[in-house]
Amino acid sequence: MSLRTTLSLLAAMLLAALAVAPARAQGFAGLGTDAGGFAEVVRGRPLTFPADHGAHPQFRIEWWYLTANLVDAQGARYGVQWTLFRQATVPADRGEGWDNRQIWMGHAAVTSAATHRFAERFARGGVGQAGVEASPFAAFIDDWQMRRAPSEAPTLAPLQLTASAADFSYALRLTGDARPVPQGDAGFSRKSERDQASYYYSQPDLSVSGSVTIDGKAIDVTGQAWFDHEWSSQPLASDQTGWDWFSMHLESGDKLMLFRLRHADGAHFFAGTWIGRDGRAQPLDPGDIVLTPTATTLIAGRELPTGWQLAIASRGLSVAVAPLNPLSWMDTRFKYWEGPISVSGSQRGVGYLELTGY
Amino acid sequence: MLKVTRLSKSYALPQGRLSVLRAVDLAVEAGESVALTGESGSGKSTLLHLVAGLDEPDGGEVALDGAVVSNLSESGRARLRRDRVGLVFQQFNLIPSLKVGDNLAFQANIAGRFDAAWYDELVERLGLTGLLDRYPEQISGGQQQRVAIGRALAVKPALLLADEPTGNLDEATADGVVALMHELVKRSGCGLLMVTHSLRLAGLLDRRLHLTAGQLS
Amino acid sequence: MTPTLWVMKVLLSHWRRHPMQLATLLVGLMAATALWSGVQAINTQARLSYDRAAAAFGGGTTAMLVPARETSVPEGLFARLRRAGWPVSPLVEGRVRIGEQQVRLIGIEPISLPRGAGPAPAIAQTALQEFFAADGETLVAPETARLLGAGAGARLVTETGTRLPLLKPVADLVPGLLVTDIGWAQRILKKPDRISRFLLDPAPGGARRPLEEVAGDSLRFVAAGAETDLQRLTASFHLNLTAFGLLSFLVGLFIVHSAIGLAFEQRLPMLRTLRACGVSARGLVGVLAAELVLLALAAGLAGVACGYLIAAALLPDVAASLRGLYGASVPGELALSPQWWLAGLAMSIAGALVAAAQALVKVLRLPLLASAQPQAWQRAQQRWLTGQAGLALVALAAAAAAFVFGTSLVAGFAVLAGIMLGAALTLPVIISVVLRAGERMTRGPLARWAWADSRQQLPGLSLAMMALLLALSVNVGVGTMVGSFSATFLHWLDGRLAADVYVAAKDDGQGAEIAAWLRRRPEVAAVLPSARAEIQLGGETIELLGVADHATYRDLWPLLEKSDTVWDRLRDGDAVLVSEQLGRRLGLRLGDTIRIPAPGGDWTAVVGGLYADYGNPRGQIAVNVDQLSRRFPDASRTRFGVRVAPADAPALMAALESTFGLGGRNLADQATVKAESHRVFNQTFAVTAALNAFTLAVAAVALLTSLLTLAQSRLPQLAPLWAMGITRGRLAALELCKTLALTLGTALLALPLGLVVAWCLIEVVNVKAFGWRLPLAVFPAELVRLLGVAMLAAFLAALLPVLKLARIPPVTLLKIFADER
Repeated sequence: MSLRTTLSLLAAMLLAALAVAPARAQGFAGLGTDAGGFAEVVRGRPLTFPADHGAHPQFRIEWWYLTANLVDAQGARYGVQWTLFRQATVPADRGEGWDNRQIWMGHAAVTSAATHRFAERFARGGVGQAGVEASPFAAFIDDWQMRRAPSEAPTLAPLQLTASAADFSYALRLTGDARPVPQGDAGFSRKSERDQASYYYSQPDLSVSGSVTIDGKAIDVTGQAWFDHEWSSQPLASDQTGWDWFSMHLESGDKLMLFRLRHADGAHFFAGTWIGRDGRAQPLDPGDIVLTPTATTLIAGRELPTGWQLAIASRGLSVAVAPLNPLSWMDTRFKYWEGPISVSGSQRGVGYLELTGY
Repeated sequence: MLKVTRLSKSYALPQGRLSVLRAVDLAVEAGESVALTGESGSGKSTLLHLVAGLDEPDGGEVALDGAVVSNLSESGRARLRRDRVGLVFQQFNLIPSLKVGDNLAFQANIAGRFDAAWYDELVERLGLTGLLDRYPEQISGGQQQRVAIGRALAVKPALLLADEPTGNLDEATADGVVALMHELVKRSGCGLLMVTHSLRLAGLLDRRLHLTAGQLS
Repeated sequence: MTPTLWVMKVLLSHWRRHPMQLATLLVGLMAATALWSGVQAINTQARLSYDRAAAAFGGGTTAMLVPARETSVPEGLFARLRRAGWPVSPLVEGRVRIGEQQVRLIGIEPISLPRGAGPAPAIAQTALQEFFAADGETLVAPETARLLGAGAGARLVTETGTRLPLLKPVADLVPGLLVTDIGWAQRILKKPDRISRFLLDPAPGGARRPLEEVAGDSLRFVAAGAETDLQRLTASFHLNLTAFGLLSFLVGLFIVHSAIGLAFEQRLPMLRTLRACGVSARGLVGVLAAELVLLALAAGLAGVACGYLIAAALLPDVAASLRGLYGASVPGELALSPQWWLAGLAMSIAGALVAAAQALVKVLRLPLLASAQPQAWQRAQQRWLTGQAGLALVALAAAAAAFVFGTSLVAGFAVLAGIMLGAALTLPVIISVVLRAGERMTRGPLARWAWADSRQQLPGLSLAMMALLLALSVNVGVGTMVGSFSATFLHWLDGRLAADVYVAAKDDGQGAEIAAWLRRRPEVAAVLPSARAEIQLGGETIELLGVADHATYRDLWPLLEKSDTVWDRLRDGDAVLVSEQLGRRLGLRLGDTIRIPAPGGDWTAVVGGLYADYGNPRGQIAVNVDQLSRRFPDASRTRFGVRVAPADAPALMAALESTFGLGGRNLADQATVKAESHRVFNQTFAVTAALNAFTLAVAAVALLTSLLTLAQSRLPQLAPLWAMGITRGRLAALELCKTLALTLGTALLALPLGLVVAWCLIEVVNVKAFGWRLPLAVFPAELVRLLGVAMLAAFLAALLPVLKLARIPPVTLLKIFADER
């Protein structure tokens, strides 16, 4: 998923958030095209679990991403986002304690048709403020966490997910016994016609129950969630300007992930995976993906394509994508759009949309 | 124009109350010059001050152009003085830090009634041409008193009040000043009430009233 | 032109004819505004830098979690707190010595540092990449870098040989401070895995678990906005400055009052004429007030500008004082806000209106018909003197009440103000009595006239004389206080600096070597180890000073109060000595029990004695050095005093220097330390001397302007004498003598008043401001010098008007007779 987002976010964390001179930002962005002494992503390396659920500090960037589409007893719809980013500021970081040079960032959000709440956290690695443990799985930053609940099952789930901020919080339980689904070529996910790539797997089939609290009012919710984990060192091509990413839970039980990496010259890079009810993942032919913006929303001086038409002929799919709340703007130190969507047309469903680089 | 009706005033002294004015009646018509004579302490100045609204009477009233002076507030009386009354005193009371020209125009200016033509005429008639750029201390007493009279007349008052205006001047100069005042009063059509102890000067005016023991005769 | 403008024009025309009067008024207003705004500028500047310091250290502006019992807490608490929802940022701090300089080192964690709470501008300008890089960065204010003699990219080395990360000067950073990443700071300060305190991010966050659940009782919450140590400590100093500023302001207003009073007196006929011409009383007062505001605005602008210059000139002294007295760092450059300018102008205008209030009221009630009668000045003066005496009694009664009932520092100043005001108000009464007596005792007609005339002059001169009295007595008072302090301080230093040579080793290891080496030297009579530790007591940081059990201390240390066997009990750890100011702050008396938190468990001891510890803003407890080392194993043992015959000291120091490579601050003989202490002391009170001079100068100006304005109005009194055959020169000489005599009388009264002021400063203000009490010492030579200065000032002030009188053209005197006044 959103490599661009993550790179930019982490760069922003270093650069904008901590207010570094613009000249430095350019220099750092330049590093984005080159592994620069970090571990490289290579084709054919099999993913191994549970070890690969954990952190890969030898790679420059990494994130654990969870999005959930929820409904309450009255049928009102909600979206929840929980993300933990990691960035290594130096290659081959072996530092302990304060000498650790990993920086962590957390984003959390709750979206309803009426409101969009978000918060962010920053942390430094090495001292226990943030981190990810592989087994039993635990990803945390401050008091936000996504942690394996006690269970005999060999799977990632059940998970306990919490986040809290001044004006919202949530506590959700995620269950599901499906195996992780590798994206791309057995987890090797290409990001351009050249060699930019990442390791990427998902767990798209998680059931959710729990409660979301907005302005002190707790709401019981249920629904389905999508978990992503991706890491890389040189993920972006220099002429790629931004990113439109979709995840969908279709009524048929099928799941769909697809993204468009926008190129300055208009020759966008498409990729996607169709995940059947049985959990089998099949990469989509990029030429088969027809993606057209149909509606835009103006936020903070940016025109964001929040409505889409999507067609995948080989799967007989032709749907319209509409946001639950077109103002799902993440006004964090690095700004992007991320929010729940609904799908209608040849199939119905829900999912999440992420728009970056606008 | 000026109508004084049953005006009375007394002062508290350690020896008891002293009645200065006792039911005085008096009228001055437009263009008329009236001399007020009397012994020292006969109440001449007190009468003048009451007419000017500088002091308040115990009884009776002073009406100027129909306005009852004693009914006005302090600021109302100040406005009346500014716009309708000209005052000339024995001490010339010029403002030492203002030049003659500015002294002359002063009251007219603060009353907002400055009339350049009338001002020029006054300068000429008062013989002040050539003295306008001097300070009061640089001209003679007679000239200073002419400036004071000019200042009072420049505002085109309804009534000119003069309290021993020539007390500090020699006889010849005094006669000249009073004659000039008389003439200017006629010319501007206002009334003049002049307090003096000199019968000779009183004789220069239209009418003479004599005050004895607080009563006119 | 509107009527109002016409009236204004008439009023202003007066000044054109009397420029000297105008100058007096403006000078008075300027002087008042200048000193006041100057002092305010200094106070503002100081407060600004405290705030900056407070912000950078996470002081007053940021809520904090601070160790409840010890000076630091384990690092693990950081993650525990964050994981429990507490948005804390860790901070480790300490002091390092680099070359000759002792500087504060703070380790921050830039990522969790609350925005706006950290040395924000500093971090904003540095790249995190570089701050985080292997070489790291040490952020420092440019002036501190200069002081350390190092530039960007340099690597400073501490006294103990630790290398700091690359130096990076950052404008706006608090001076006297080094900032590194927390990891670096822990290593440099040798506090591995320790946190000095936590800053709390004020931004709203989620739910927090209760602090006790997370940290037990190891941490204490300190709310934002709590007064910082620096603010508390320096409050008294700034109050002092403000009092000085206010005094100057008042003296300035005296000048203004007399100038305005005279101007109104002279303009009375003009005002009457205006009224006769129909300007209402209220309108006239309005225009007069507007005129005054106009003048005050002009003078205020000039005054505020002068204030800026004064502040700029004084600031280095003030900075030195603050550093000397409180260790507070204030940069030597002024940065002022528009509010300060506006406040200065407002003070000028308000001051002018207050000074003119009496005159304005008089105009409002001006009887229109009163002719220029000769004043019944005798009776008027009698009434005035009675009024003064009454007011003086009230002021003195207020002073007495403040002394009896007041407890605060402000009450202390109220006592001072009451006494001074009362004395000033009494002054004309006393002078009048003296003049009357003089008149009675004199036979010669001219002399009799001089006495009588002086008495008539009194109301016009009294304000200036009162100003002079105040300025002189403050000079005497402050001078005596500083002198007493200085004498006491030097005597006290003799006792405290009993050892002949002072040695500081680089570390404990070297310390032990040096001690052993010293003990082998035959010329060394004694080696006196000392140690220091810091504890938290009563919510503040207290120094623990370890002293050796030796005759040097037993015999020479001057204790203010002590119990009989104090030194034996001190050796055994049963008793401790408490510094005077700490004793006062905590209400400790001889024999009280005190609990000292120590790493191995609280240490309970009895207060066996109290000692003076002048100039130390921190409370201090002196204990036996071995007891200290046993209970505080971490306390460094690097410092020694050495008893040696003075003749042998240079050779011993040379040997120490060559053997152990000690130098600079690490090795000093008694004389050097004393000289240095004395230098710091003098620097500390430099600002007082400067303010004294300023106040005296303003008083001299007050005298000059009063004399100048009087000179003009007094011609009618002098002209008849001249006409009767006394030459102008003789008259001038008489005038000069009268002025000098009046000044002498005032100055003689100022001396005892000044001593009362000194007593008040020492017994009331000092005790409340600093926590120490001094014996009062009188310096007669100093008093005589001040007397001379006062006479000289009076002579200079009288010179111009007297020369003018001596050369006055006879025609001017003749006019007096010609003019109807």
